[in-house]
Formats: sequence, C-alpha cells, structure tokens
Amino acid sequence: MVYSFPEEVLEYVFAFLSSDKDRNAVSLVCKSWYEIERWCRRRVFIGNCYAVSPQIMIRRFPEVRAVKIKGKPHFADFNLVPERWGAYVYPWISAMARSYPWLEEIKLKRMVVTDESLELISKSFKNFKVLSLSSCEGFTTDGLSSIAANCRNLRELDLRESEVEDLSGHWLSHFPDNFTSLVSLNMSCLGSEVSFSALERLISRCPNLKTLRLNRAVPVEKLASLLRRAPQLVEFGTGACSTEIRTDIFSNLVEAFSGCKHLESLSGFWDVVPAYLPAMYCVCSRITKLNLSYATVQSPDLVELISQCSNLKCLWVLDYIEDAGLKALSSYCKDLQELRVFPSDPYSAEPNVSLTEQGLVTVSAGCPKLQSVLYFCRQMSNAALIAIARNRPNLLRFRLCIIEPQAPDYLTLEPLDTGFGAIVEHCKELRRLSLSGLLTDRVFEYIGTHAKKLEMLSLAFAGDSDLGLHHVLSGCESLRKLEIRDCPFGDRALLANAAKLETMRSLWMSSCSVSYGACKLLGQKMPNLNVEVIDERGPPDSRPESISVEKLYVYRTVAGPRADKPDFVWTMDEDGALRFS
Amino acid sequence: MEVGVMKMVNKEKLGLKETELRLGLPGTDEEIMGKNLIMNSNGKRGYKETVDLKLHFSDMDRTDDRKEKNLHKEKTPAKAQVVGWPPVRSFRKNIMEVQKNGSEETTDKTGMGGAAFVKVSMDGAPYLRKVDLKMYTTYQELFDALGKMFSSFTIGMMDFMNESKLIDLLNDSDYVPTYEDKDGDWMLVGDVPWKMFVESCKRLRIMKGTEAIGLAPRAMEKCKNRS
Repeated sequence: MVYSFPEEVLEYVFAFLSSDKDRNAVSLVCKSWYEIERWCRRRVFIGNCYAVSPQIMIRRFPEVRAVKIKGKPHFADFNLVPERWGAYVYPWISAMARSYPWLEEIKLKRMVVTDESLELISKSFKNFKVLSLSSCEGFTTDGLSSIAANCRNLRELDLRESEVEDLSGHWLSHFPDNFTSLVSLNMSCLGSEVSFSALERLISRCPNLKTLRLNRAVPVEKLASLLRRAPQLVEFGTGACSTEIRTDIFSNLVEAFSGCKHLESLSGFWDVVPAYLPAMYCVCSRITKLNLSYATVQSPDLVELISQCSNLKCLWVLDYIEDAGLKALSSYCKDLQELRVFPSDPYSAEPNVSLTEQGLVTVSAGCPKLQSVLYFCRQMSNAALIAIARNRPNLLRFRLCIIEPQAPDYLTLEPLDTGFGAIVEHCKELRRLSLSGLLTDRVFEYIGTHAKKLEMLSLAFAGDSDLGLHHVLSGCESLRKLEIRDCPFGDRALLANAAKLETMRSLWMSSCSVSYGACKLLGQKMPNLNVEVIDERGPPDSRPESISVEKLYVYRTVAGPRADKPDFVWTMDEDGALRFS
Repeated sequence: MEVGVMKMVNKEKLGLKETELRLGLPGTDEEIMGKNLIMNSNGKRGYKETVDLKLHFSDMDRTDDRKEKNLHKEKTPAKAQVVGWPPVRSFRKNIMEVQKNGSEETTDKTGMGGAAFVKVSMDGAPYLRKVDLKMYTTYQELFDALGKMFSSFTIGMMDFMNESKLIDLLNDSDYVPTYEDKDGDWMLVGDVPWKMFVESCKRLRIMKGTEAIGLAPRAMEKCKNRS
C-alpha cells in the first residue's frame, strides 16, 4: 500500500516524471501523493494566464523553478484582439518575486511585459537562467539592459517575434565583462544596431554559446568575424545580407562557415543577395532546420541551396519557391518533417508567383515523414486535398490558408468539404487543423465524425449554420482550443454544448452570430467559465439582447472573473448582472 | 444563408432613442463609433456625427487595416482588406512591403524592418553598393562609410587592400554626393537635417564634378567650399 513507501522514495520516483499530464495524474491518486507531488513539482505550464491566479499556483506548488505562461488568444497575432485587452505579466512576476526566490526560468507567450517587470525579474531571482519572450510586447530595450546587467547566471535570452520598443542597441553592452554563461541569444526582432565590438567580446567570452540569432542591423560583412569566435554554434541567424557582393566578404564567409562543424539551424537572410547563399553550402549537409522566410530570392537560387540539405527536417520559406522548387524539395529532402510556405504578397489580387496546390501535393508524395504543414496559396482543389490525405496519413498539423476567403475548388467550383473531409479521415492522429476556402456545414460533420485527436481548430468564413459548430463541439473529443472568425454560428450550438467548453482551454468567436442574451445565459449556466464579451461599441446592455456581440472569448478558470479588464470587455456573471472591471 | 452581420448602434446614451440598422461593411463605422463612445462616454452625440462618420467611410477602406470589417457571402466589387486576413503576422507583412515597393525604405514601427537601405552608385565604379542609412546618425558618418566603400574604385587605382590610406572622396572637389528624393528630384547631400534626409532619400549617386554642372551653381559652390 501507499503508506509503506517513505515520502523520500516517492519523491525520488516522481522526479522522473517530466510530463505535466503524468504529474497531474499522480496527484489524483490519493492525498499523500498529491502532497508529495506538489512539493516536488519544479516546472509549471499555464496555458491561459487567466485560468488560474499567481496565488493559487504558488499555494499549490511552493518550490517551482520554471514557469511558462501564455496570455492572449492566438488570433491576437492577426490583430483581432484589441489593444489593452490584457495578459499583463507583472502580477505574476511580483507574486513570484516574493515566493520563488530560486526561480530560474520564465517563458512567456503573447503577454504584455513592461520594463518594470523585466527589472523586477533581474533583481528578484539570484539564479535566474532563462528568459524567453515569444510574441510579447510592452517593453523597451531599457528593460533588456536590466536583464543584461543584473542576471549574472543568464543562459538564455530569447526575444523571438516580440514587439520591442527599440530605443537603442546599447542594452547589449550592459552584459558585464565577467559574464560568460550565455548559451542562447535571439535578438532577431530588434531593429537597432548593437555595438559590434560589444557583441564580438560577448561571443568570445561565452564558450557555451550554442544559439545566436542576430538582428537585421548586423551586416553580412561582419558575420565572418562573429562565426570565427563561435565555431561551436548549433543555431545561427544572420542579419541582413544585402550588401553588394564582394570577393573578400564572400571568401571570409565561406571560411568562417566551414569552421562551424556543429551548425544545424540557419535563419535570418533578410534581403539576401543570392550570390551569398553559396557561402553556406559547406554546412548544408548538416542543416536540419532552415528558415528562409525572409529571403526574397527566386526559386532557382532557393533550390540550389535546398538541394544540398539532404538532412533537412524543417523548412520555412516564401512562396518564391514555387511549385518547381517544392518538387526539388520533395526529391532532395526525404527527411522533411515540417514545411511552412509564407506568402510574399498576401494582399495582391493576382498571384505573383507560380505556387499552387500542386507544390504541396508533390511534397506530400515525396516526403514520407512530413507531419506538419503551414501553406499559403491561391488555389486549391478537393482532388489535391484528397491526394495529400492519402499520401500523408501521418500528418499531425495541417494549416492551409487559401488567400481569397471562401474560394471554392478551382476545378469544380464546389466547396472544399470533401477535400478536408479526406484529411481528417485519413490523418487519424491530426492534432491541429486550420481550414480555409469555401466550406459548408458538411465539412464540420466530417470533422466531428473523424477528428478524434484534434486539439486545435481554426475557422474563418466557413459553414452555413449552427449545425456546423454543433458537429465540432459534440464530435471532437480531444478539442482544447477552438478559434472562429466570421462564421454564421450562433446561440443554439453554443448553449447546447456548454458543458463541452469546460473541457477545453478556450473558445474564441469573432464576427459570428452569438447574441448577447446567449452570452449572458452561458455565463449563468457555467460558473467555471469566464464568458467574456469584447465589444468596442460600448456596453452590450445598451443594445437589445438579440444583437450579436463583436467578439466572444470563453475559457475555463479557477480564478473567477478578471479583475483587470479594459473598458471594452465584460464578464457574463452568474447572477446575470453586468460587471465592470 | 446570409453571413452579413447586422450591427446596431443604440443612441440612447448618446441622446438619440433611434437605433440604426446597417448592412455592408459596417465594422469600420462601428469601430470609430465605438472609440468615440469610449472617449465621449458621458457626452452626447447627435445624428450629425453619425452622418459625418459615413463620409469618412471610404477613407477607412484605404487606410489602417486594423479596423474591423465583415465580409458578406456575395463579394463587394471593391475588394476591401479584411482585418487579420490573410493570417500573416505584422512583421512578415512589412518585409514584403519593402520588396514590393522596389525601394529599400521601410517605415516599420515594430523594429523588425528598421533599416533604410538605398543603392549607392559612383560614377566610374563597376557596380553599385547598398547602405543602410539608419546605421548612421550624421552626414560625416555616412561620408566616412561611403569613402571606405568606394575606396577601391578611385581613379588613382588605389590598392584594394590598403584601406588605411583612404582618399576622402567626398571632400575631393572631383566628386559631388547627390541623392534622389521621394519626389524624384536629384538633390545635393547635406542640405537638410539628417533625419529628414534619411526619410526622403531613395538612392545615392556620387557624381563626377563634371556631371554636376547641371546642378545649381550654389550647389557647386557648396561642394568646393567643403574641400
């Protein structure tokens, strides 16, 4: 029985459990296991910062060393979440500063981070090691100065895709001369030039540096000098490579790259002059991840580079690659697992490149390990989708964006229901799906019937009626996140499946047909959900109840209604009364 | 079934009992109205203001794509940009705008595209160079950089490797630094404040003195005075 094991033994065993799911399961066995586990949990992941409060987290897990917190809903990436919506990290930092003096890692995604927060981090945690700010905003380079100056044991500073107010490049010079612990630096999102000599010295004195992602402002002629000081790099991101080609720059670069025997990942390449790409050929055979999504070069040059990367696992590229380039990819890169093709000109009415559904079909046929796809294109057919589904039943993530909303099958002019239906039917392990094109309720019937492992679904301009939403909510057993925009889904499906929402992390619906009255009802029925109406037209009860709300964000929570709502967010409360923040 | 979202604005709080139904791309108006509501939550808004908002409608279509719009199933003839569609993140959008415009200037605020690359040609040089104007804060810095860049092409056929022996080209009265501004006019470098220059410069050309005869005499004077 349980009581025959001393606590220390159980604790030792639990230390081998790294997955949150396993630890959560262990906590449910009995009270003593719950107690033992909570004292030895070191890593906490909070998928929605409003689902739980810092106090609750700290009370349950007193000895945490690493937190990861996510804030805004995913559609914030596309400007659908108004500014000042929330996801402020400061209350978390402030609470953890008091209770977790030994905190080592903070990873945030889509949160608002202020310089004040950064300064507090830099001064509160003596052993602070990892700061990762993904798609965050609200801070300036002054905040980075605090981190650089005060975090003596910092290993990772990753600012990927964050919006930083760039006051100057001076922050980098704040790393003290005796600071040598850096392992990973990603400053690719910053605009200002940092002091090059400070950067050189920093790199020279950090022998464990494995990841270095530079920003645009570092010109190509300076790369060789940096690479020579860090031949142990595993991941490297260039700056802009637009200086007109010169023999000495090129040959220096070749020499520097050839000294990097461990390089596996390359990125950067802003405005790259194609003539520089051959400088990297010597490392291509080891490259597993290549991000060329800022490289505005044409297909032949891309193919030249890619054809040397026989071990490529992950490629991010612009649609300049075209169908021809994807064909080459499918023949040279047999280990490819992830492909993302971004649009070079998303707003023009006419295609500017020869990239069609064919490219994706070819890759699906030629790359047996392909499991993750993000593809922007201008035309699609059911036939192509069916082919992709049959070729690649091992797909895990399939995100297709046909640029024109509600575009039908370009061959038959029919909806793309059967195509996407084939995807969910064949790809039984599919975890993430984004739909586009002309879609009726039928596609949702297929999804509800087949997509049993689906965790995240993104919809836009799709469906005919509530039935569509009902199919998804009632059929997709593993669904955690559902985000919907501009679909004719309304009250009935939502209210009929209210209980489902408690099994999910969140639901986002914008520009749909959900009435204010239904939102109030949902809020009343489901006390464990925060039902938040986002409406910039003013208080929803100043309009008739039947009027659709602009945006709705529903999520499960144990923290009660938000206390920090802006004036355009209303929580539908249990007693039906409106609450202002 | 129609996808069109009907928006209503209740003007009770604003002094009008009347509610107004609208179809078409109403999101833009609502967003403005919403903002006005927030700003003037205690004030009253008369009917005139709503009429005025309608007049602004066509402006809204062309500008800021952050305004929320809704699509009907039937397409509107003028394709208005839908907020957040296609789902491309803002730092990716700006990269493409740079490419599309053909010039290397960006006005990106996120910092991701904070460069201002312009082509630099020098009369007599076999190929062009590019400089990022944002890397410099003064004209002197720019001239120093240009001097280093083109040191290999001087008429004196200087040793390519001998960068320490720079001829300050731009103090040499043989060369005049000019630039093409946003209006397409060729101007002398140095007249306007640095920041204004960075905003308006599309490309640079280091002209031979003899070519610059077409420029205003004052410009030639200025150039000679610098040496």
